[in-house]
Amino acid sequence: MFIPVLAMHIPDGFLSIPVSALGWLLLIGIVAIALRQTRQQLGDRQIPLMGILAAFVFAAQMINFPVAGGTSGHLLGGTLVAILLGPWAAVLVMTSVIAVQGMLFQDGGLLAIGFNATNMGVIAAFVGYAAYALVGRVMRGRPGRHLIGAAVGAWLGVEVAALATALELAFSNTASLDIALPAMAGVHALIGIGEALITVAALAFIQQTRPDLIRGSEASASRGSGWIAVGLLIALAITLVSPLADPNPDGLERVAEDQGFIETAQQPPYEILPDYTVPFIESEAASTILAGVIGVIFVVGVSYATARLSKKRRGASGSQPI
Amino acid sequence: MQFNVKDRPSMGDTPLHALDPRMKLVVAVLLIVGIVLTPERALPAYPLLWALVASLAVIGRVGVWRLARLGTVALPFALAGLTLLFTTPGQPLATVGGLTISDAGLLRFVSILIKSWLATQVSILLSLTTPFTDLLGALESLGIPQTLVLITSFLYRYVFTLNDEADRLRQARASRSAAPTYGRGGGRWWWRAQVAGGMIGNLFLRSTERSERVYAAMLARGFSGQMRAIAPPPLTWRAALPGLLPLLGLIVIEVLARLWWNG
Amino acid sequence: MSEMLIQVQGLYYHYPDGTAALEDVSFTIHRGEKVGLIGPNGAGKSTLLLHLNGILRSSSGQITIDGLPLTERSLRQIRAQVGLVFQNPDDQLFSTYVHQDVAFGPLHMGLPDAEVERRVEQALEAVGMRGAAGRISFHLSGGEKKRIAIATVLSMQPKILILDEPSSGLDPRGRRSLIQLLASFTDQTLLISTHDMRLAYDLCSRVIVLDEGKIAADGPAADLLTDAILMERHGLESVGHV
Repeated sequence: MFIPVLAMHIPDGFLSIPVSALGWLLLIGIVAIALRQTRQQLGDRQIPLMGILAAFVFAAQMINFPVAGGTSGHLLGGTLVAILLGPWAAVLVMTSVIAVQGMLFQDGGLLAIGFNATNMGVIAAFVGYAAYALVGRVMRGRPGRHLIGAAVGAWLGVEVAALATALELAFSNTASLDIALPAMAGVHALIGIGEALITVAALAFIQQTRPDLIRGSEASASRGSGWIAVGLLIALAITLVSPLADPNPDGLERVAEDQGFIETAQQPPYEILPDYTVPFIESEAASTILAGVIGVIFVVGVSYATARLSKKRRGASGSQPI
Repeated sequence: MQFNVKDRPSMGDTPLHALDPRMKLVVAVLLIVGIVLTPERALPAYPLLWALVASLAVIGRVGVWRLARLGTVALPFALAGLTLLFTTPGQPLATVGGLTISDAGLLRFVSILIKSWLATQVSILLSLTTPFTDLLGALESLGIPQTLVLITSFLYRYVFTLNDEADRLRQARASRSAAPTYGRGGGRWWWRAQVAGGMIGNLFLRSTERSERVYAAMLARGFSGQMRAIAPPPLTWRAALPGLLPLLGLIVIEVLARLWWNG
Repeated sequence: MSEMLIQVQGLYYHYPDGTAALEDVSFTIHRGEKVGLIGPNGAGKSTLLLHLNGILRSSSGQITIDGLPLTERSLRQIRAQVGLVFQNPDDQLFSTYVHQDVAFGPLHMGLPDAEVERRVEQALEAVGMRGAAGRISFHLSGGEKKRIAIATVLSMQPKILILDEPSSGLDPRGRRSLIQLLASFTDQTLLISTHDMRLAYDLCSRVIVLDEGKIAADGPAADLLTDAILMERHGLESVGHV
């Protein structure tokens, strides 16, 4: 049967109704724009191309590779598609993939499709694409810039999507942020490395076989400064909101004091947002952000090294298909 | 790793299979909404909700226990909610490794587990009793943009074809993945990730080329950007009526849950 | 109504990278004729077929279908008259259900629903696949897919049926039954591109040999296909005398 690709497909029951509704609203708005944009970009080709690429992402997610301890790595794909076809196309492709996973495989819930597609589609596509475009600009003219950009983008896309997932759970009051956030961030910092490696290797293969496709994507990435701003804004917003939105800032200590809390506080029928306080930025917040920065630097280094290595290897052995 | 959705029995002649897919989708979503909205302390509501889901499973001849078992697919995700045991304010119940479990935390955690399990069963029941294309048709009638629905139907059409191609790539990889007599073969994990990435790049190129051919095949048969299909029959009250029964059950349970069991 | 169904006059085509794919291709196909188009890989056969219903547009040359010149304006009319069956049925059958695919052409011709249903039934009947409407395309066998692919075009009731490599990927039995099926279309004008010389010999009265984008020979199938020297020169195999 289907093996869940990542611990990022939120099932039903884990998002509150208001949070689910917000996810749907966000998704509907963004998909509406994406439909118009890709229609302009692709014309009548839109439907067959997006549809078959959605099938591609679905099939590609099932190409796994063993990592350590019986676990295996997979591609998520949002950033890869965003780099190859632009972020709007990636939004549609990923939304379609996640909808099918939810409706047919119960990999993620039905009500949760809104935020699942927002996390793994919209956020992964825009943040990843922005990082890709930014690296391409910073390293203008240097060899390997788009592979490094893709590595950074793929890693960051996964990481920010994971942070968003933790946030949504916390706002639904189904996970406590001060534990879920570092846990999600930590696990996905590793998963993101797998995503980065696969994305880079896939792009390298495409570059060798069809360099015209990569050139086209680079050209469009270098044009859109807006993307960089939008994507980095999303990333920044989520990273900064995360440590601030803790609904139970000092949960453990408060347990003892709050005996009788349940008796006095009548639960409102629908909690629009669970009560959250805005504490001063604790050292944990700073360390989360710092960890992100260190992670980015690490991934840039690793991917630059692998890009160089694989180039040397190919140079020595000719262009052998893998 | 195979996904065998094509073997799933989404065809059948039970009243659940026969219910109009538009109605079925709406009912399923409302059931899930109802389940999620159940107050967490209304404990008697949970067995009743399960009885509601189970009776639907009986009507659809899906098998109550089978559905219950399939419904656990999402439970590993509950790891994310495990922390609630310790962080939710309430009466201390027990201490595990220096962490205190509160009664409210336990209640919240268990209620999330049950709700997720029930909601997942509803979603599985829907997919087991409705052919996927009918579901797509229902989505379109309910206002999901046609283009997105069509993209998804292309996904459904070609996912098996592309998965077969991926399988051939996997076999080619496996047949060349030899290991020395002693020791472990297959290279380092980052090298394996690169191999997988190469396969994915290969698959991407095949997919875009296929999309060009499919597009040409569509053009050849008169496609000009606007997709046409035979209009689905209008939804009549007679066809929709049976779908109201489970909703009635849901309403009764939810009212009880809010009025009497929410104390 | 003209007896000359397809007229191709001085057709040239260059790939985007500049290589010539078709050079000064001219021929005429009459109503009811069964023509084989043969030539080595890369000769331009598929490129030529894609021109005949306007999927590829040439840099110069004139194509006329049943007296109607192919232009941007006549494109949709011409696509209804020229039925193109692609080589890989998985490209042709892009819908989930057989019915959706066979109905696609008639629906996009703007026919009313009742007429569409009638044509779907007729087309499935004609390819010997009655009752397959509710089946899922992915589950069909290779031979069945081929038949349905032909039905998706027959339902448009085209004046000419064009098939690209119809026997590729079929086992001997599937190939035999396909040849029988095509032979049963007695009144239908056919243009078949193929590497299967035996199939061309069995079905076609005339063949056109295309090589390096140019027409190398055009004549009765019985003469050309048994001409060992001609066939050899263009990387083909002659059919032994029967």
